[in-house]
Amino acid sequence: MSFCTLRLLRSSKAALSRMTRSFKFMPIAKDKLEQLLAQKFPDAQIEIIDLAGDNDHYSLKIIDKIFAGKSRVEQHKMVNIALKEILGGTLHALQIKTSSN
Amino acid sequence: MTDINQQIQEMVSNNDVVLFMKGTQDFPQCGFSAVTVQILKNCGLENFLDVNVLADPEVRQGIKDFSDWPTIPQLYVKGEFIGGCDIAKEMFQSGELQELLKEKGITK
Repeated sequence: MSFCTLRLLRSSKAALSRMTRSFKFMPIAKDKLEQLLAQKFPDAQIEIIDLAGDNDHYSLKIIDKIFAGKSRVEQHKMVNIALKEILGGTLHALQIKTSSN
Repeated sequence: MTDINQQIQEMVSNNDVVLFMKGTQDFPQCGFSAVTVQILKNCGLENFLDVNVLADPEVRQGIKDFSDWPTIPQLYVKGEFIGGCDIAKEMFQSGELQELLKEKGITK
């Protein structure tokens, strides 16, 4: 049995109760979210806070030079595009704050 | 341009400040919308158009496509998309939003 399967089994009970509570939105673990963002913004300083302790409401602060010279709307759109696959489906609420320095 | 796009374009062109929100400014139905209403009021804005997206599914989806922005609320000033709740909050805290509204002659 692989490590992943083991981990999956261990977390499945908690995951199941979360899923039955909210079918539409599936929570995502903080480190997974961090991982996804680090892939898309390799040079960024990323800070994520789990606001409600439920893996479903996050505050995200992301500092990256690539935001320089871009409007806030453009900066947020870059983050939204990067997170498109999880925003709306997996993630319920994400507060975003972007900065270039 | 589709009908709904045309409608939204007219709303944001014909009004100084438009807030697409859940509920109304007197009865917001979402925390983020409520915060944004409060920010606008704290900027000294007495009059702005509130568009309740919950009342019209076409507007609800339409505004997301129009702005290319996935969430509600959405704030427009003089036809320009300013952002959602996070950006409005950040701009209010730094004083930029108050400045923008003054600059555009919307508040004194």
